[in-house]
Amino acid sequence: MTNRRDFLKTGAAAGAFVLATPVLSRAEVFAQRLARQSALPAMDPATKELLVEALDAATSGGASFADARIGRYRNNFVITREQQIVNVVDTDTMGVGVRVLVNGTWGFGASRNLTKEGVVAAAKEALSIARANALPAADRVRLAPATPTPDGRYVTPHTVDPFTVPIEQKADLLIRANAEAMKVPGVKFVNSNMFFVKEEKNYANTEGTFTTQTIIRSWLPFAATAVKPDFSDFQTRTNVMQPAARGYEFLTESQPVQNARKWGEEAAEKLGAKPVEVGRYDLVLHPTHLWLTIHESVAHPTELDRAMGYEANYAGTSFLAPPREKLGTFRYGPPIMNIQGDREQEGGCSTIGWDDDGVKPDKFLIIKNGVVNDYQTTREQAPMLDWWYERQQKPVRSHGCSHSDSWSDVAFQRMPNVSLLPGEKDLSYEDVIAATDKGIAIVGDGSFSIDQQRYNAQFGGQLFYEIKGGKIAGQLKDVAYQMRTPDFWNAMDLIGGKKSYEMGASFFDGKGQPGQVNAVSHGCVPARFRNINVINTGRKA
Amino acid sequence: MSGPRSLFETGHVASPDDMMSRAAAQAFLERVVKLSKADTIDAQLSGGYTGNIRFAANRISTSGGVTNSQLVVQSGYGARHAVVTTGDFSPEGIERAVRQSEAIAKLVPEDPENMPLLPPQTYSDVNAYFDSTAHLSPAERAAAAHTAIDASREAGDLAAAGFIVAGSNFNAIASTTGLYAYHASTSANYQLTVRTDDGTGSGWAGADHPDWKQIDFKAVSDRAIAKARRSRNPVAVEPGRYTVILEPQAVADLVQLLAFALDARSADEGRSAFSKHGGGTRIGEKIVDSKVTLFSDPADAQLLGQPWNGEGLPLQREVWIENGTLRQLAYSRFWARKKNARPNGGLGAVKMAGGDATTEQMIASTERGILVTRLWYLRQVDPRTELYTGLTRDGTSLIEQGKVTKAVKNLRFNESPLFMLNNLEMLGRPERVAGTEAGGNVVFPTLKVRDFNFTSLSDAV
Repeated sequence: MTNRRDFLKTGAAAGAFVLATPVLSRAEVFAQRLARQSALPAMDPATKELLVEALDAATSGGASFADARIGRYRNNFVITREQQIVNVVDTDTMGVGVRVLVNGTWGFGASRNLTKEGVVAAAKEALSIARANALPAADRVRLAPATPTPDGRYVTPHTVDPFTVPIEQKADLLIRANAEAMKVPGVKFVNSNMFFVKEEKNYANTEGTFTTQTIIRSWLPFAATAVKPDFSDFQTRTNVMQPAARGYEFLTESQPVQNARKWGEEAAEKLGAKPVEVGRYDLVLHPTHLWLTIHESVAHPTELDRAMGYEANYAGTSFLAPPREKLGTFRYGPPIMNIQGDREQEGGCSTIGWDDDGVKPDKFLIIKNGVVNDYQTTREQAPMLDWWYERQQKPVRSHGCSHSDSWSDVAFQRMPNVSLLPGEKDLSYEDVIAATDKGIAIVGDGSFSIDQQRYNAQFGGQLFYEIKGGKIAGQLKDVAYQMRTPDFWNAMDLIGGKKSYEMGASFFDGKGQPGQVNAVSHGCVPARFRNINVINTGRKA
Repeated sequence: MSGPRSLFETGHVASPDDMMSRAAAQAFLERVVKLSKADTIDAQLSGGYTGNIRFAANRISTSGGVTNSQLVVQSGYGARHAVVTTGDFSPEGIERAVRQSEAIAKLVPEDPENMPLLPPQTYSDVNAYFDSTAHLSPAERAAAAHTAIDASREAGDLAAAGFIVAGSNFNAIASTTGLYAYHASTSANYQLTVRTDDGTGSGWAGADHPDWKQIDFKAVSDRAIAKARRSRNPVAVEPGRYTVILEPQAVADLVQLLAFALDARSADEGRSAFSKHGGGTRIGEKIVDSKVTLFSDPADAQLLGQPWNGEGLPLQREVWIENGTLRQLAYSRFWARKKNARPNGGLGAVKMAGGDATTEQMIASTERGILVTRLWYLRQVDPRTELYTGLTRDGTSLIEQGKVTKAVKNLRFNESPLFMLNNLEMLGRPERVAGTEAGGNVVFPTLKVRDFNFTSLSDAV
């Protein structure tokens, strides 16, 4: 482990902050945040100069609005199996993306050429595309107002920058974890990786916003596979650790070496698990599983671009449309269902300082007491709901959901962290199981599939436990549940409280054409769903 | 390596043209190889320009043009190796990437599966580069988009959403052994969804070819519009086993996924649908209907793939399934050495041989069945059987007594391509398809199969 002195030596100031501990008062936390903000590095002057060049080229070429992003995106992968390192890969890409609005029509140009000529060429490319695509007057893009941020600075709170940790340490941790899992009889294979992301993003727009941000994310995918000696069955336990927007400390705190044997045992036990009988069951879904169901069946349908038809050709539209017929009236689930969008939860993979429109995101309730209350928006989208915000006496503002996965891709609406808020009673996962007479508890995310309007979904999982009389009665296998989204959420009748809240995350959520990925977290509590259709997936022919 | 630093501390130079010629790429890579202080180095260079246009709700939404290149350097010391990639092509940037890959390679444990770099190879030439695609203007892309936008606007009750992407790209590889490979290609892909304003109908069509001139934008638009209209007001049918006629896109959506499973090592390890109970693999077994032949061939006129893989291994025609029999699995160089087999480069571009049946003949011969345009959100449910789930989308119709009678609601399936290809009745002519979730060069025929397993209904349009 890198010690603090070494880290400060190599890591300079960026991110060298210990997180606020929970005992601090609100005022103290605020004071710390302010101190942290002022200690963060300012935008590199050479970068700022190029951003201004790009914006000048855009405005002198006729853009009414323009923004430019210069970013460096780095990944580090360490790939292992059993007792060997398969590969170590470092990727690094840098460039500029310039977006312009000419007569209400977007254009975008991007280049890895970070010179004055390069950024001007990207701006010109964007201008020529905007002119070629000129929209009729009625279709022109309108942006919601946003307060300019002249000097925004943000760094993902973390203790250890993963890019400062020596490769031997990373390899050693994985190999030791693999060895522990391999000690379990029946476990024949282990695949484990480390995956780190560091995005250094600089943004400027023609309204006077300049932000510089460093985003860090870490993940340790791990899979143990048990194989029957006669090759008649094999079972894998995977998705054991969630990704997070945190440093290397997140991986070590999760104790992969100490937990690996348990993961191996869970894989081996699956070989002997009882195949599920098809039928209807009460499901108790653990947060390590439920986050993905929320992602697919709540977070995606409440993206405003989907509801308005902008993703019709790829990711799809939404059953939650048109917004005029759904906002304030559509019952998504029971009154205990409150779903929040935010980009500020510490560790949340979507957490940032400013989005790729230059907007400071806010926290907003998407589902309020079971009823649809809002959609995820960007500056271009918020005006589409002006009637609703006016009725609510709220300003028409973006929720800060604009995101681009690289300098080379255009920003569009992506998910904030979308989370199920805890219930009033402080129930645990065990409490929810104890309250359930007959059902199945599901831990960990598995296979997932949902239609293009987010109605019909099928989810598998990692571990399935039969519940009898409020107690776990052994492992099941070949379990998947099928659902229709509003029916499913309205079948939720019991949820956990604060102490059972956990975050799960997707490192690679795909959307858009050309395809882009983003990372997003979903906080949730365990929850029970009554009378859900369960199928057996263990077909032989 | 961390902390605040100027992005420009090494000074960037203007990038060269990101679409490099064979000679320019070779000269570039030779300079990279010469920088190496390690035992071995292999360097891969890729680059190009891609322009795209996107539209939805009958209006152009976002569009862009991207110029980009990437250098991938792998240094080796004995059996230790590490990879570094960079887009910084200044002399300092390139040197830094080489040194960094050397520094990391020295620190990682030895890789017991490390293979020596390939000596120089001979490659077949595949011409997949078309000037018509390489020199497109934003105005040409916009005009192409307007074929669908204008037709839908004029119809008055339709909304078009689509995506056109076209560009040119090259890949090159060189190493200390003197190996050098280069391949330039262009690509053009068009996908279109047309929805009816009443929200009950949706139709999809697409086209893909390296040559922009081969894409008939009007034909794609006409097809998507016709499918949208035909799919309006769908009725519910009971989920269950149906005879289905899958258009080439739907076949490719499901069967292309087999490519990920046709791997020799996982079969030998007992964790694949191609593992034999009792040990070994199912190579030589008849695994699907004898009308099925699945192969890869970069030189195939419909595929036009790159004739070498990421290690510089030449790719040739490889038959995976022949007349229903599993002929071979994909062998990496390491696994081939261990199993005394031939490394075959794996499945890249993939094609399934077809038959002579027309879709009309398939429909006419069907008492009761479902005609499927495409499949969506396919995810593996059980790796032991290659069971996948997913849904139909954008044009699903009921066939009764030899005729398409009405639109039906979309259905979720739980089905394995291996089960499905055992229930094969008729095959059409193979077509290059545009819209699989995995992408790539993919050619499949229309198929008529029986007992396709639909497990639930979807209200999604």
